[in-house]
Amino acid sequence: MGKVILEMKNITKTFPGVKALDNVNFQVEEGEIHALVGENGAGKSTLMNVLSGIYPFGSYEGDIVYNGEVCQFQKITDSEAKGIVIIHQELALVPQMSIGENMFLGNERGKKNAINWNETYSEADKYLKMVGLSESSRVLIKDIGTGKQQLVEIAKALAKNAKLLILDEPTSSLNETDSRALLDLMLEFKKQGMTMIIITHKLNEVVYVADKITVVRDGSTVETLDCHTMEINEDRIIRGMVGREITDRFPKRSNVEIGEVNMEVKDWTVYHPVYAERKVVDGINMNVKKGEVVGIYGLMGAGRTELAMSIFGKSYGTGISGTLYLNGQEVNLKNPREAIEAKLAYVTEDRKGNGLVLSNSIRVNTSLANMEGVSDRGIIDMDKEYQVAVEYKDKLKTKTPSVEQNVGNLSGGNQQKVLLAKWMFTDPDILILDEPTRGIDVGAKYEIYCIINDLVKAGKSVVMISSELPEVIGMSDRIYIMNEGKFVGEMKADEATQENIMACILQSGRGE
Amino acid sequence: MTKYMDVIKKNAMLIVLVLVYIFFTAMTGGSMFSPMNFNALITQNAYVFILATGMLMCMLTGGNIDLSCGSFVCIMGAAGGVFMVIQEYSTGLSVFLMLVVGIIYGCVLGYLVAYVNIPPWIATLAGYLAFRGWGTAILSDNSSTGSISPMPESFLKLFSGKVFETGINQFNIVCFVAGVIASVIVVVTSLMSRANKVKKGYEAESMTALVIKCVLSVAAILLFAYKLALAGGIPTVLIWVIVIVLIYSFITSKTTLGRYFYTIGGNAEATRLSGVDTRKIMFFAYLNMAVLTVISSYIVVARFQAANSTAGNYYEMDAIAACVVGGVSAYGGSGTVFGMVVGATLIGVINLGMSLMGVNADWQKIVKGGVLLGAVVFDILATKKNATK
Repeated sequence: MGKVILEMKNITKTFPGVKALDNVNFQVEEGEIHALVGENGAGKSTLMNVLSGIYPFGSYEGDIVYNGEVCQFQKITDSEAKGIVIIHQELALVPQMSIGENMFLGNERGKKNAINWNETYSEADKYLKMVGLSESSRVLIKDIGTGKQQLVEIAKALAKNAKLLILDEPTSSLNETDSRALLDLMLEFKKQGMTMIIITHKLNEVVYVADKITVVRDGSTVETLDCHTMEINEDRIIRGMVGREITDRFPKRSNVEIGEVNMEVKDWTVYHPVYAERKVVDGINMNVKKGEVVGIYGLMGAGRTELAMSIFGKSYGTGISGTLYLNGQEVNLKNPREAIEAKLAYVTEDRKGNGLVLSNSIRVNTSLANMEGVSDRGIIDMDKEYQVAVEYKDKLKTKTPSVEQNVGNLSGGNQQKVLLAKWMFTDPDILILDEPTRGIDVGAKYEIYCIINDLVKAGKSVVMISSELPEVIGMSDRIYIMNEGKFVGEMKADEATQENIMACILQSGRGE
Repeated sequence: MTKYMDVIKKNAMLIVLVLVYIFFTAMTGGSMFSPMNFNALITQNAYVFILATGMLMCMLTGGNIDLSCGSFVCIMGAAGGVFMVIQEYSTGLSVFLMLVVGIIYGCVLGYLVAYVNIPPWIATLAGYLAFRGWGTAILSDNSSTGSISPMPESFLKLFSGKVFETGINQFNIVCFVAGVIASVIVVVTSLMSRANKVKKGYEAESMTALVIKCVLSVAAILLFAYKLALAGGIPTVLIWVIVIVLIYSFITSKTTLGRYFYTIGGNAEATRLSGVDTRKIMFFAYLNMAVLTVISSYIVVARFQAANSTAGNYYEMDAIAACVVGGVSAYGGSGTVFGMVVGATLIGVINLGMSLMGVNADWQKIVKGGVLLGAVVFDILATKKNATK
C-alpha cells in the first residue's frame, strides 16, 4: 500500500434539477495510474472538475484532501499551484501559436511584464524531449498532427510542475499507434513517480495501464478494483459499469402495430465539412418501420448526430453520397425546408445550441418550424399561434405559467417538451430524436418516454439517438450500434443487453 | 408597487424623452416648445427615422450593422444631382434610377454578407470609405463648388416642404384634422383589439391601463398636430416617415418574414434547422437597408436643395445610436420599431435642445456619447436582472 495522495470525501454536486454527484468517495495512492470509468453522464468529468477547481469550493459539498491537507480550490490556478493538472478531452491549444508559446500560455517565462523568449523555447524543448517529441518548440501547433498535439498538452502540464496528472479521454482523437505511444509514456512517467488519473471509454487501455479502477455510475462510485490483487478483464469492468437492474423506468408500449418500412437509407456516407477528407459517416444502411422506435446507440463522436443531420436535408457535412427512400420513393432533400415538407423532423441534440430560441417565448418557438400553419400569405394569425402553443403545452404537460414565457426561463425537461412540440406541430411521419433526455431529471425523462410512445401509437416512426444504454434498450424495438462512423451491429430489443452492446463496440474498435 | 415599477421600466425611454423635453423647454425659456421647433424636430431628423428602420432590421439579425449608409447617402445625392441637374432627366426617371442603383448595391452587399460570409461591419466599411470618396469625386467633376444645385421644383415638392401649406400665424385646419383622425384610429383599434382578446379569453390589459394609454397617446398626437398646424402644416417628410414606420412595424410584429429576423438574432442555427433559409433573410436585411438609404438620400438632398460632399456624414452612427438608445439589442434578437422611434426622437430632442441652448458642437458630441453608453448599460443591466429572476 502506497501513501494516499488524494482523497475526495463525500462529494456531492448538484446542478439545477440534477444531482450530478452523490456522496462520491475516491482515493488515489501516490505513484499509481488510477482509471476512472463509467458511462457518458455518469459524473466522471464532473468529479474531475470539482477536483481541479473548475467548480469552485462552495459549489459542492464534501472535502478534498490532497497530500494530507484539506484543499479549497477557488479556480484552476489554485489546484495547479499544488501540482494537480488536468488535460481536457478537447485540446486547449491555440493553433496559430508555436508549441513553446502554447506551453507557457498563462505561465510565461521571464520577468513580470517581459517574456524571455530564449528561456521559453529552451525550457519548452526540454519538456518536449521528456514526452518524446522531436519537434522544435518554434513549430506552430497547426502544423503538427493531433497525436503530437496531445503530447504537447502533456508537456504543457509537466511545465506546470504536475504531481498529479489527470487525463480526460486522452486517446479519443488518436489512432491506434499514437494511443499506444501515449499509454507507454504514461507507464514511463509512473516509473518516475508521477501519479495519474485517466478517464477513458476504451477498456482495453484501462486494462493495459491501470493499477486501480474506480467505476462511476449515476453520480456515485460503485467499486474500486485493484488490478494487482484481482484478475481484471474487460467483461468484469463492463459488469461494474452497467451492473444495475433495470426496473420500471420505461413506460410499456402495448398494441402498437409495426407496419411497412417508411424510411430507408442506403450506403450513406458523409464527409466532415471542414476536413473534407475525413469520413464521419461511413456506408450506413438502415431502415425504419411505421410505428417502430429504432434506437441508435454509440459513444460520443461515433457520428450519430452527423448521420441524422445529413439525412435531415443535408444540414451537415459535405460530399454526402447514398440514397434515401421515404415510403419506397427515392428522395433528394437539399435543405431542412424540403426535409420538413417530406414529413421528416429532426429534434436536435443541443436544446440551447441549435434547438430553441431562448430569448423568445414558447409561442414563438412552437410555431417556428411551421409558420405556414399559423399564417396566411405571410401574415401571422396571432390568435391561432397562441391557440397552437396552448394546445401543445397542455398535450405535453409543459409546466409554465403562460405560453408567453421565454423558453430560456424553463427547466431542461420543459425546454425539451417545447422542442418536441415545435416538431410535432410540423406533423412529421418520422421523428429523429437526438439525445432526447440528456441533462433532464428522471421524472421528466419518463414523461418524454410517454410522449415517444404516444407518437408511435399514432402511427409515426421514431429514431432515437442516445448514449444511455438502459434508455436505448428500454425504449427501442430495434437497435443499431454505431462506432466510428459505421454501424457495427443491429439487434432486436429482446436480444439486446448492455453487455453485448458494449462488447459489440469494443470488438469493432479492436478489429482495426 | 412592482406593477408600477414594471410599467415604468417598460417605458423608461419614453419617460426619459418627456423629462428631457421638459428640461430643454425650461432651459431654452420655452423656445423648445414652439411650433417652429416641433417642425424642426421632424424635418431635421426624418433621415434618422428612415435609416434607423433599416438599421433595426440589420441589428435584429444578430447585432449586424451597416457602416456604409451615410456615405451611400452622399453618393446617391451626387448621382441624383447628376441625373436631375446635369443631365436634366425628369424627376420621376431620376428617382427611379437612384432606386435602381440602390437595389444593385443592396444585392451586392447582401450577397457578400449572406453568401460569402463576410462580417457585415467589414463589408460595409469598404462602402463607407469608397462611397464618400466616389461621391465627392463625382461632385467635384461636375461642379466647381463641389456641390450640385438647384434641384428641380417637382423633386423638392415630393420630398420636402409641407402638404397643404398655410402661411405663418395661420392655423392649418387640414393638419389638425389629420391629427384628430389619427387619434380616433388609435383609440378605436386599441379598444377593438382588447375586445377581441377578451372575447377569446386571452390575457388582456386592464381597462384602466388601456384608458390611460389612450388618453396619453391622444394627448400627444393632438399636441403635435396643434403645434404643426401653427407651423404651417404637415411636413411632407413626416408622411414618408409615418408610412415607413407603419409598414415596418407591421412587418416586424405580424409577418413570418419579420419573425424570422428575430429568431435568427436569437439563435441562427435553430432557425436554420427549422427550415428557414437564413441566408435569404440576411440578404434581404441588407438589400432593404440599401433601399431605405436611397429614400433617405431623397429627403436629405431635398432638404438641402443641393447635393454636396458632406451630406450623410455620421448618419450611420446616428442610425445605430437611435436603435441602441431605443432598446434594440446590440446582440440581435430583440428590439421594436416603436422603441427605435423613441430612441431616434430622444437623440433628435437632445440635438435640437443643445443647439438652441447654444452648446458648442464638441460638447454636443460628448453628451450624445454619454447618452448612448448610458442606454446600453441600462439595457444590459435590465436584461441581467430579468435573467436572474
